[in-house]
Amino acid sequence: MKLTKFLLLGILFGIVMTKSEVISWYRIQEMFRFHSFHMYGVMGSALGVGLVFVQWIKRRGIRTYDGQAIEFKPKAFSIPRYLFGGSLFGIGWALTGACPGPLFTLLGNGFILYSVVILSAVLGTFVYGKLRNRLPH
Amino acid sequence: MIELLSQPWPWYVAGPSIAVVMFLLLWTGKSFGVSSTLRSLCSIGGAGKNCDFFDFDWRSQNWNLVFVGGAVIGGYLAAHFLSSPEPLQLDPRTVEELSELGIAFDGSFLPEDLFSWSSLLTAKGLIVMVLGGFFVGFGTRWAGGCTSGHAISGLADLQLPSLIAAIGFFAGGLLMTHFLFPLIF
Repeated sequence: MKLTKFLLLGILFGIVMTKSEVISWYRIQEMFRFHSFHMYGVMGSALGVGLVFVQWIKRRGIRTYDGQAIEFKPKAFSIPRYLFGGSLFGIGWALTGACPGPLFTLLGNGFILYSVVILSAVLGTFVYGKLRNRLPH
Repeated sequence: MIELLSQPWPWYVAGPSIAVVMFLLLWTGKSFGVSSTLRSLCSIGGAGKNCDFFDFDWRSQNWNLVFVGGAVIGGYLAAHFLSSPEPLQLDPRTVEELSELGIAFDGSFLPEDLFSWSSLLTAKGLIVMVLGGFFVGFGTRWAGGCTSGHAISGLADLQLPSLIAAIGFFAGGLLMTHFLFPLIF
């Protein structure tokens, strides 16, 4: 089945998110209060190793497992879009203690209440879709 | 082995593991970004009927929904088979500052006072869960990505928009934590 590999990668991701305690509301508070290196270490090392992977793909012309070229699409430049959108997400991140990956992982951890947060996030996405023509991009 | 894996994982294990997940997604011809599944969920719910933004073939993105489904299962497996018997180790300064806001810490992942069904209909519960979730969905889509898509995938590709987005994530989080939390709690 073509989708099985994505299921397995998702499972690995969920285990990593849980065991590194990234899904904890308290860990996010610790991060925004600069009381611990943990979250910065997680994101910084993911970025550092990720950077090496991306450079390796680009310089060596690494292809997908079935021989396709790996493309990186440059994101269109804008300041308001990323700054305002990003800040709104940051506000939500501090409130809920979770970015989208952990939102789903928390459900699996038995925090069923987070289904309310996910529904609200889907609603927020929907309202963005309705208003997007009137927002600066 | 299970005992070792049941300990909390240090950052230098977690971060590179996330990078490996990102690499394997690229290697299968996809990209790492969780928040776009929220858009797919809107489309599945029928939002494409009266809004162009959701009128796309979400089935082409079903791999990402499967990935997110895996993240739920991974959370379940970690909680049931790899759970640590020790309470969460939170920095005492964070415990202190949160207690000044009236938010207790008992060693679990989340503050019970805020995240419970009974608090859902209180002002604080609505702000934290409903308004917070709304901002996560609205903000990530406006910015075109979340922590995974911008702060990790985008920055790993040295994209300037992702740097601006990541600065926004922290600006918003710091504003909420340091200036708005004292007003809300």
